Amino acid sequence: MWRRSPSFILDERRTSSSPPMADTTRAPFQNPDSISAYYQTRAAHHGVITSEWLSQAQAAVGGVSGDEHPISSLTDLGDGKSFNVIEEFNSWRKQPDLAEAVAAIRALAAVIRASEATTMMELEIELKKASDTLKSWDKTSISLTAGCDLFIRYVTRTSALEYEDFNSAKSRLLERAEKFGEISCKARRIIAMLSQDFIFDGCTILVHGLSRVVLEILKTAAQNNKLFRVLCTEGRPDGTGVLLSSELSKLDIPVKLLLDSAVAYSMDEVDMVFVGADGVVESGGIINMMGTYQIALVAHSMNKPVYVAAESYKFARLYPLDQKDMAPALRPIEFGIKIPTKVEVERSARDYTPPQYLTLLFTDLGVLSPSVVSDELIQLYL
Amino acid sequence: MDTRRGALAVPKVRRVGFFTSAIEPTQDSSQRPNRSQSGPVEATTSSSPLSDSPSGNLISPVLIPPSRHHSDNLTSRAVAAAAAPVPVPGPAAFRRYLAHDRGLNVGSYNPPDSLLGTSPPSSNGEFSEDSVSLFGFQRSDSAKLSASFPNGGFDLTLAVRAPQEPEPKIATVSASEVTKKIAEVSGKSESVTTKPQKEKEPKSLKDKTTKAERRAIQEAQRAAKAAAKGEGNRRADESGKANPGKAAKKPQPKKERLPATSSVSVKTAVAVEKEKRMDVPQTQMQYDDKSRVEKAKKRAVVEQTESKNKVELFLHLPQYERGNQLPDLSSNIFILDTIHHAVYKVGLQHLAGDISGDNARCIAMLQAFQEAIKDYTTPPMKDLTMDLTTKINGYVSFLIECRPLSMSMGNAIRFLKNQIRKLPVNLSEPEAKASLCSDIGRFIDEKIILADKVIVQHAVTKIRDGEVLLTYGFSCVVEMILLYAHEIGKKFRVVIVDSRPNLEGQKLLRRLVTRGLDCTYTHINAISYIMREATRVFLGASSIFSNGTLYSKVGTACVAMVANAFSVPVIVCCEAYKFHERVLLDSICTNELGDPDAVASIPSFSTKAKHLKTMDNNKNLQFLNLMYDSTPSEYISMIVSDYGMIPPTSIPVIVREYRREHLLL
Repeated sequence: MWRRSPSFILDERRTSSSPPMADTTRAPFQNPDSISAYYQTRAAHHGVITSEWLSQAQAAVGGVSGDEHPISSLTDLGDGKSFNVIEEFNSWRKQPDLAEAVAAIRALAAVIRASEATTMMELEIELKKASDTLKSWDKTSISLTAGCDLFIRYVTRTSALEYEDFNSAKSRLLERAEKFGEISCKARRIIAMLSQDFIFDGCTILVHGLSRVVLEILKTAAQNNKLFRVLCTEGRPDGTGVLLSSELSKLDIPVKLLLDSAVAYSMDEVDMVFVGADGVVESGGIINMMGTYQIALVAHSMNKPVYVAAESYKFARLYPLDQKDMAPALRPIEFGIKIPTKVEVERSARDYTPPQYLTLLFTDLGVLSPSVVSDELIQLYL
Repeated sequence: MDTRRGALAVPKVRRVGFFTSAIEPTQDSSQRPNRSQSGPVEATTSSSPLSDSPSGNLISPVLIPPSRHHSDNLTSRAVAAAAAPVPVPGPAAFRRYLAHDRGLNVGSYNPPDSLLGTSPPSSNGEFSEDSVSLFGFQRSDSAKLSASFPNGGFDLTLAVRAPQEPEPKIATVSASEVTKKIAEVSGKSESVTTKPQKEKEPKSLKDKTTKAERRAIQEAQRAAKAAAKGEGNRRADESGKANPGKAAKKPQPKKERLPATSSVSVKTAVAVEKEKRMDVPQTQMQYDDKSRVEKAKKRAVVEQTESKNKVELFLHLPQYERGNQLPDLSSNIFILDTIHHAVYKVGLQHLAGDISGDNARCIAMLQAFQEAIKDYTTPPMKDLTMDLTTKINGYVSFLIECRPLSMSMGNAIRFLKNQIRKLPVNLSEPEAKASLCSDIGRFIDEKIILADKVIVQHAVTKIRDGEVLLTYGFSCVVEMILLYAHEIGKKFRVVIVDSRPNLEGQKLLRRLVTRGLDCTYTHINAISYIMREATRVFLGASSIFSNGTLYSKVGTACVAMVANAFSVPVIVCCEAYKFHERVLLDSICTNELGDPDAVASIPSFSTKAKHLKTMDNNKNLQFLNLMYDSTPSEYISMIVSDYGMIPPTSIPVIVREYRREHLLL
């Protein structure tokens, strides 16, 4: 961005002594480690994303899975010292219906359960360490970080000092951890219910990306016998839009697939835009799949409402000022043809949409205007 | 996600933005009906011990300073009174209600004074009215009304009975009791007898006595006061006490002028007036209100001469001739007795402009108060809480005379007064003083110094390598941020934008260049050119209001708007103690006028000084040197405060969540 300044010629001269830019930028391209684990997980989930997992998700709402897995983690406990947060987290993460943050929450709850700490302080430190490992495991996932932070806040905020006995305090913590996990599980269902008032008969909805919440919303609307049409963007490079459109066609919802670049072209037949979010930041803006920002811009300029569906565990204490102000989440992009090595490829997987382009956020805390996000975060964190 | 909601499954209707805390509505609901009714409810309100609850000082969250609303109030009351064909209990009821509500002011009597028998009614209420109304923390009208309360009678009985009784008790004396006592006491001396008359006047005598009679009474009182004043010394606070009747009486001639609009129902008029009083506290003294200015001048320590040629739009702001009062004041420093020398020194520094910058001014003021409290001894027969508050009010009004206070200083003073009010009754004097001093020290440490450190830590995360940071004027927080970022090895360039006449940016430039930062210095004229280079704009703040409006050095709005036009993020660095719950829409209502000559004189232009002289005398030419301007919140990308990085829409959240907790308003 600073290149815009006339002084960049000066800067250029300064940097010219260092090795050419192209090499340094191409280096991470070949490095598979730099690819965002978050998007790898998402891609893996996309492979298995079918109606089956939706029914599984329903089961999760029923709280069935909440009962079966604590047992398995208890058996993990039998291994004693070998308990590992990451393993636990990964075992949870395998389930496609579980969001990453919920998996993290479950894993952290298991940490409390497995903990051999004898004092509250010890337990808290252990929990902190576990959450730090989780966070460092995938730094690009905003919901993972936010979910861990929120869990720590929610669980340790209880006045554990009231309990004289450590074991009762610990069980209280566990109780809260379970409750938090349960809330997170139910979140998607709540959001789907809340959003029904906004979908009216005969409307056309533009959807970008494959968000499980948005799918849930559309599914619920279809079940409520609402008549609406959906426009899906293609969602290059992972083809999320194609997946979503096939899912929707199974539900007998009229779907039309668009090129990502055809958003502005078809915007005037759209009544509202629905997007999910990777993370909701302090300003009330969202970080989401690449392309959300331009859709929001187009919708804003054509006065169409942009609705965001996001669970409250995605609220993060981040405040990006512009697009480059975040840790980039990189992913491989297939162009089908060979790209010359001299050509640079923008591989960032997500962008930031400022709050002024969003109309409302559907969260499990209610339907919020973007400015309330900060309100919630302040009340929770400070 | 959250502990506050039990069942998350049920989404609830959310209140967004600023709403007052849960305690307040209940208080309000108990009071509001009373406001709308006039007579009958009086008994309950006056006998309820409202005075010890903080509700008396409740400040409505949204207050817009109406110009001259004070006189408006009085006239509306006058209308109500004049239009009354039958006995009107309304105003009286209201008076009493307020007087009791505001027990602190009413209760703080001066027994020796009242025992003199003559009636220079030395109600401290009158004094606090002036000092406070300038500043705008309490509703001056009510204090004024309390000043018109029966000082003589009330005084005597209470002074004799319990001179050092804590004020809540005084305040809870029911109205009927008071009048009874007044009746007992009346007849002791001439002036005292006139007093009760005057007191009863609004309630029952108002209709019996004719206007002429009332006027005669007032005239007599005025004469008595003038005599008392003549013999009395003209110390600052004394003189403040010396003309208490004036406030209540001044507008009364207006009564004759006003047509008796009988169409307006008395009740509604009273109700409206009450609403107005309760909801819209006076925020600032309006300097185009002649009577009030004169009154304020009488008790002023600093002899300020108003400059004559003022811009019409800004007549309500004080503007003084510069330079002539300083020698006077410095020579007075050894003979002053009402103002503590430390406070006096700070006042002089403010006046001379030796201390500038909001944080520096605030710290200097608080430290002076600390000194003053250390040297303070409670006079015999007085209560520490009340007397110290009065003293502080005096200091504050002195400081205002020197230079209008900034919003942050206002918040700091409010904090201090709350600490004084909260002092436990059983605390001994040295303990109370020590606790206050440590409170002030804590405020300076936590709210200013530590807050700055936190802000620096937050803001540095927004500076990346290779950026060009633009800043305007001089802000100590921004300076700390830039220096720290340089220290931790970030590579960036700084553009300092400056403006006449203060050229504060030069100070920043000097400090940054000596530390080895890469700087560009330019004036605000070039802002639209230089903004193309910038990638971040860092601004300081004097205050941020509830609607997110930034109130800062003049020129800031311009910089922010240009930055917005170039879509450069604007980051405002502001300590949370500068947040204010008021709403600011323009920079006219609240502002400060600087020295107009500073605008007129140009250093390189000095050879043509003669030319300037002629310009100075030109009636068609006015110089306007505004000190502050307001930036709408949509031009601000982010506010960095000690509570983290927040959007400007979250200011009311911080104010709502933390004001009550930390300052206990």
